[in-house]
Amino acid sequence: MLATGLIGEAALIAGVNVNVSEIHGMAQRGGVVESAVTMGDIMSPIVSDGEADILLSFEPSETLRSGAKCSKLTTVITNSHPLHPFTVAIGKGVYPDIEAAFEVMRGRVKKLFAINANALAHEAGSVLSMNMVMLGAMAKHAELPITPNHLKQAIKENTKASFLDINLKAFDLGYNT
Amino acid sequence: MNPILIPEAGQKHLLLGNLAIARGAIEAGVAFVTCYPGTPSSEIPDIFFQIEPETDIYFEYSTNEKVAFEVGAGAAASGIRTLVAMKHVGLNVAADPLMTLAYLGVEGGMVIVVADDVSLFSSQNEQDDRYYGKLSNLPIMEPSSPAEAKDMVKYAFDLSEELKLPVIFRTTTRINHSSGIVTFGALKTRVTRGKFVKDPSKKVAIPAVSRVLHRILLEKYDRASDLANSSDYNFISGQGKWGIITNGISYAYTLDALADLNLRNQVAVLRLGFTHPFPKKLVQDFLRGKEKVLIVEELEPYMETEAKAASYEAGLKTPIAGKSEELFSRLYEFSPSMVRAKIASYFGFPYQAITPIETSDLPDIPDRPPTLCAGCPHRTTLYSVKKIAGEDTIYPCDIGCYGLAYIPPLSASDYSICMGSSISSACGISRTTGRKTVAFIGDSTFFHSGMTGLADAVHNKHNILVVLLDNGTTAMTGYQINPGMDTEPLGRDKQRIKPEDVVRGLGVQDVHVIRPRNLKKTQETVKAAMQYDGVSVIISEEICPLFARRIGKFPKRPVFQVDQERCKNHRDCINYLACPAFYLEGENVMINPDLCIGCAVCGQVCPENAIRPVKKGE
Repeated sequence: MLATGLIGEAALIAGVNVNVSEIHGMAQRGGVVESAVTMGDIMSPIVSDGEADILLSFEPSETLRSGAKCSKLTTVITNSHPLHPFTVAIGKGVYPDIEAAFEVMRGRVKKLFAINANALAHEAGSVLSMNMVMLGAMAKHAELPITPNHLKQAIKENTKASFLDINLKAFDLGYNT
Repeated sequence: MNPILIPEAGQKHLLLGNLAIARGAIEAGVAFVTCYPGTPSSEIPDIFFQIEPETDIYFEYSTNEKVAFEVGAGAAASGIRTLVAMKHVGLNVAADPLMTLAYLGVEGGMVIVVADDVSLFSSQNEQDDRYYGKLSNLPIMEPSSPAEAKDMVKYAFDLSEELKLPVIFRTTTRINHSSGIVTFGALKTRVTRGKFVKDPSKKVAIPAVSRVLHRILLEKYDRASDLANSSDYNFISGQGKWGIITNGISYAYTLDALADLNLRNQVAVLRLGFTHPFPKKLVQDFLRGKEKVLIVEELEPYMETEAKAASYEAGLKTPIAGKSEELFSRLYEFSPSMVRAKIASYFGFPYQAITPIETSDLPDIPDRPPTLCAGCPHRTTLYSVKKIAGEDTIYPCDIGCYGLAYIPPLSASDYSICMGSSISSACGISRTTGRKTVAFIGDSTFFHSGMTGLADAVHNKHNILVVLLDNGTTAMTGYQINPGMDTEPLGRDKQRIKPEDVVRGLGVQDVHVIRPRNLKKTQETVKAAMQYDGVSVIISEEICPLFARRIGKFPKRPVFQVDQERCKNHRDCINYLACPAFYLEGENVMINPDLCIGCAVCGQVCPENAIRPVKKGE
């Protein structure tokens, strides 16, 4: 399940109104996937440029691509582990200097917090739990109308039994960053 | 039990818009569901496919939207509540029965869900299907949220039975693919067994009958107009001297904008959910006394034009604005901030937008276009065909994953209009250019609308090669079943129709069935077919690896690696095949073992035989 879906489920558990917007179909074909969550007294399911309170990004170059969603009020939580687009992998595109770009971006947003979520997911037992690490980091470093326990409850209710321990561990590793 | 079937009322669930629509239909007692899958509508049929074994709701993936519509019409004519779902362009395919079923009407409630793909996230155009309401005279309902969608579908069934007309339930991607909190209602008892009452004077659309039925349709239209004018789904919120008329997801943006701008007491909002027949009287009453009115609607100025006509008929002078250079575009979807800014500017209200951070000096980000997966058999087939047929041959390409081969290096799509167009357009291109033209089409698309084009090609003796990419599923939209595939692994008892039998049955003489991962044989076959004068068909059979994984039929094969001592860096592998499992480490071509599926194709492409399977223990 997508991380945004879990945030939505957590909001439902917490009794907070929530709208989740997803673009389907292209994730497994290697394209960019962007989802949005809005919570509280709001009907719109998408977030306009400059209006994201939180940018949660699973790939560092995608953090830069989504830069326009941010303002000086935005908290950015990002994975620092790159996933090269195929063009870059075969030498037909240049992957940006992420460290330098993050330094520039950090000065323009409220807070930019980067972690190697792949490494932590690996430590939790599966690199597939990277999104759980990111949710944990968000629960710790961003202001949310829901608590970490709401998120953990949502994970418990929506994870296959065989993956649950890994996912919860990954969440905790992210939370303890 | 699948949660969508929970009989108790009152539970709250976070539901995708499409699932909310399905739940609404289940609550309404729907007993018959047909579709052809298409983004953004596909989750509606997919949930019915999933729950089929545990309910008595009949469900089918039909061969195309016209067929889905007509199968559904037969059920509705027999008194059964019927749901038919498709994407916006699907209604073009089903437009023929739509137009005349409006004359015949229905006995059981029939709801046609059409999902407009505003902004073309996954479609060939962004047409506004509301105009099908005007064209057919059928009612249209449009929800503004998943929660409303669920209740509105229920109402649409009641409306359909009240008017004895099919009802168009029009959504946009932002409704289909947004989730919201939905409160479950009680389930109406399903009636699954119907009775068809013969009445040729009302049910057989011959001229003498249809002349009468057209009059009846217009009478129903007038009744539908009365219902639209008093519908609870057309309501006013807020108040003030200014007005906004809006629909669908734009209503959400509008309400949020008015709250942000503190304008709820200066602007009254008329939200239309029952948008066709246009509630003329209601709109006239709303316009009366307003200083000015703004129409907030995505795509075409449907409501704007109707509102202006209604205003003129009532002799009103209220300025009405909507689509213009300064205000709203007919292109693409809206965003909350854009709607906020336009509302502020139209009503002359001061507003300072939040400034996004400066990004112009951030480094360029390489594109990340969707590509064919590692080991995808389509890539292999297209690579071989292009290698033999060359760059000068024209390649009309159909709609499916293989459309992703539009980008280099495969560049295997030269012309593409709509489902099924590859074969028929190849006929026209071949006839006028005097060259054998090569059409690419997938298995599901072939059954959808490729067969008729192929009959034309054979009958009219066109000189084309059809490459039928048979990956054993409808991959692009989410692995739905189609007539050509084996449904046994999915636990469903459907009759398989082999594409080869169809192709031969349609009179094609030059038919070849190949396994694309054998490059030598494949390329010899393409060469022979290119030299054949007439219609050739190559059926390229290889299961979609993602689908194989889903059904537990994914073979365990050794992954491949580049022998760095043998590699001479020709780079044919990345320059022509371009499987995403390749990457460069320094100047060395490497293969990512997590992505490689061991298809062995790159090993055949390498001129130095430097790509070899990883042996056990290596």
